[in-house]
Amino acid sequence: MSDDSILKVRDLYRTYDIKGGLFRKASTLTAVKGVSFDVKRGSTLAIVGESGCGKSTLARMLSMIDAQSSGSIEIGGMPIDIAKTGISREMRQMVQIVFQNPYGSLNPRQKIGHVLEEPLLLNTSMSAAERKALALEMLQKVGLQPEHYGRYPHMFSGGQRQRIAIARAIMMKPKLLVLDEPVSALDLSVQAQILNLLKDLQDEMGLTYVFISHDLSVVRYLADKVMVMYFGEVVEYGTRDEVFDDPKHDYTRTLFAATPQADVDSIRKRLAAKAA
Amino acid sequence: MTEITPNGVDTAALDKESRNASRAMLAEFWYYFSQNKGAVVGLAIFLALVIVAICAPLIAPHDPSLQYRDSFLTPPVWQEGGKAAFLLGTDAVGRDILSRLIFGAQYSLFIGVIVVGIALAGGITLGLIAGYVGGMVDTLIMRVMDIILAFPSLLLALVLVAVLGPGLTNAMIAIALVLQPHFVRLTRAAVMAERNRDYVVAARVAGAGHLRLMVKTILPNCLAPLIVQATLSFSSAILDAAALGFLGMGAQPPTPEWGTMLAEAREFILRAWWVVTFPGLAILITVLAINLVGDGLRDALDPKLKRS
Amino acid sequence: MPLLEIRNLRVEFDTAKGPFRALDGVDYTVEAGEVLAIVGESGSGKSVAMLATMGLLPDTATITADKMEFEGRDLRKLSAKERRKVIGKDISMIFQEPIASLNPCFTVGFQLSEALKVHTNLSKADRKARVLELMRAVGLPDPERRLSAFPHQMSGGQCQRVMIAMAIACAPKLLIADEPTTALDVTIQKQILDLLVKLQQDSGMGLIMITHDMGVVAETADRVIVQYKGRKMEEADVLSLFEAPKSNYTKALLSALPENATGDRLPTVSDFAGAGGF
Repeated sequence: MSDDSILKVRDLYRTYDIKGGLFRKASTLTAVKGVSFDVKRGSTLAIVGESGCGKSTLARMLSMIDAQSSGSIEIGGMPIDIAKTGISREMRQMVQIVFQNPYGSLNPRQKIGHVLEEPLLLNTSMSAAERKALALEMLQKVGLQPEHYGRYPHMFSGGQRQRIAIARAIMMKPKLLVLDEPVSALDLSVQAQILNLLKDLQDEMGLTYVFISHDLSVVRYLADKVMVMYFGEVVEYGTRDEVFDDPKHDYTRTLFAATPQADVDSIRKRLAAKAA
Repeated sequence: MTEITPNGVDTAALDKESRNASRAMLAEFWYYFSQNKGAVVGLAIFLALVIVAICAPLIAPHDPSLQYRDSFLTPPVWQEGGKAAFLLGTDAVGRDILSRLIFGAQYSLFIGVIVVGIALAGGITLGLIAGYVGGMVDTLIMRVMDIILAFPSLLLALVLVAVLGPGLTNAMIAIALVLQPHFVRLTRAAVMAERNRDYVVAARVAGAGHLRLMVKTILPNCLAPLIVQATLSFSSAILDAAALGFLGMGAQPPTPEWGTMLAEAREFILRAWWVVTFPGLAILITVLAINLVGDGLRDALDPKLKRS
Repeated sequence: MPLLEIRNLRVEFDTAKGPFRALDGVDYTVEAGEVLAIVGESGSGKSVAMLATMGLLPDTATITADKMEFEGRDLRKLSAKERRKVIGKDISMIFQEPIASLNPCFTVGFQLSEALKVHTNLSKADRKARVLELMRAVGLPDPERRLSAFPHQMSGGQCQRVMIAMAIACAPKLLIADEPTTALDVTIQKQILDLLVKLQQDSGMGLIMITHDMGVVAETADRVIVQYKGRKMEEADVLSLFEAPKSNYTKALLSALPENATGDRLPTVSDFAGAGGF
């Protein structure tokens, strides 16, 4: 590969068939309509949009949970089309995903150590001792203690669980990490810790992030490039500063205007308007 | 940050921590179970029953099938004409009722364990496949289960026994078959609820195959309702076996099975109340105790599911 | 006289691990026509306080307070029947999950009309007129057609509008909104917040906003109470809270907002806590 892109997406579509019923005709729903973008190695692309805009469908396609209907995905120079080729071990090690809800993404009946070791067990031929050593290393890396290895998920707080989910995702040292709203279920103070952790990991391991979020302030803090989606289409795509300083599309502007302003000036303005 | 080697961390301490975690789960389970006083009483009765069944040859004062020719239909000891040797009296051919009840406990527990085992194994397998695969397979399995459920359960068991021939083994197979659809339905519903949860998707992304997803990821999270249903089925298995025994289609005389004992005593109901009352009470108390335990299990397992 | 006055409220829950104190001696005062925001993270007891006031906590909760008055009436002494008269009529509440808060078996129109039936003695025709009026007031488009719509046929934002309509049906003096916009998209959140503030200003009722989101506080509140682990950290009017927060915890919360990030790392709450916490 001559250029520096780790992820190349071209003209990606995803349609769902809606079954016809007694009173309804069968139809199709296009969740993602012709999306194209590149992500540079070691950078963060943020995908912003409201519910139903197709951002989670996109995340599922990138992390090989669902197949695309048409279009191409290329990760690290390897074309991905799981409907045709299936998923190889090599492909698995390229991409991992972190989900929004840390309470749902860990198996309640699985101890943390086994959660972390599962990807290694399934995709590598490491011995049990090697797996355990690596799992303990990752626990420390995400800011947890070795004694957490044998505990169950319900013994942890939301923030700690999200750390575990992140540790599981980076166990195989993936090239690309898809983060599907990783901090929106967390408290503000915990959110800050997780965002810091993500930044540290990116610096340390050279990870590339696709960060999906509806929270513009988080996006502004973390992203290098920003893509705004609206009803399955990309309406705005550019560097963070381009998008935030000079939004081109109406929808992006509406989104910015709707985001609550927590600075003193806007509070003053609001109180003045109320008094008038 | 310090690098840790495989030897860098105290493995013994880790194992201890891991055991502590398992113990904490159990402790929490016991807290919620013990909140339900009825369940604790039920559990005590059930455990007593298990001990009695295991130690039957030691506890029982007499051989269950030995006939004492000098004491037919002896009343219980506190009634006039009772003998101290036969605490609960004897039946029409002079066998000690208490000993027969004690040995009968063995049969009842054996029936419960085997029937629930068969029903659970079949039910979980079919339910897991139906819920996980879906589509035509699901439809096929569930329609067959619907057909089984469409028959009155005892009638179906009777028909099966009539085909297979009377006897305890065939009765147990028949009852297991009749109880199985409940397990299939329950497993299927639980699997369908769990199938699309994030942790299952996460395991898929980690590379877990279908069999692993079904058995190792999803199944352990579906066990709570199945355990409750298994306890309740345990009691209905005992009840159904007793009913089949009473109708002469289950265990055959002179087996000291409770239902069979009832059947043998039918003609003496008016003359010797104890011959029917004690086996009946034994069935009643056992079934009640197990149902109470089932209730307690439901209390203990349900909130747990909500929290984690 | 304040609308709602609570002194030294304590709430304890019985749990598997012994009693858990969710609220530890917190005071609340709400004046008529005022927007009070109670802000805190999970476990701060922000919802528990209002649920305790409404009498909506489960039996495992023990509630004690030195004073708990609504318009000078002691809420602690009310019988269940009298309490029901106050709650739902003079005090009403909306919740986080709008779709789950509506009964899926009945139409929106029916549920709104039921709320009126319980607390007023309007005739059936009057009730229908009032329902339509309410639906217009909360900005539901095409109210005549929506009357016969079921909750699942509407979006989350529309359901929250219905919940608000139901809450203001009997012109309450106090409206408690428990995370009313957390489950909604940003653009819908904006509309709902604007609606709540407009209704509050038009009717002059008291409004309590329970939220974890500093942005929502900044956009709506007059006065703010910051809570942490069942205790009150700070109480101030909204401008001075954001301009010059007094408690370390408030400072920590504000600096953890990504939009206030200075430099490469976000400060976390633990950076601000002293050795013994807050």
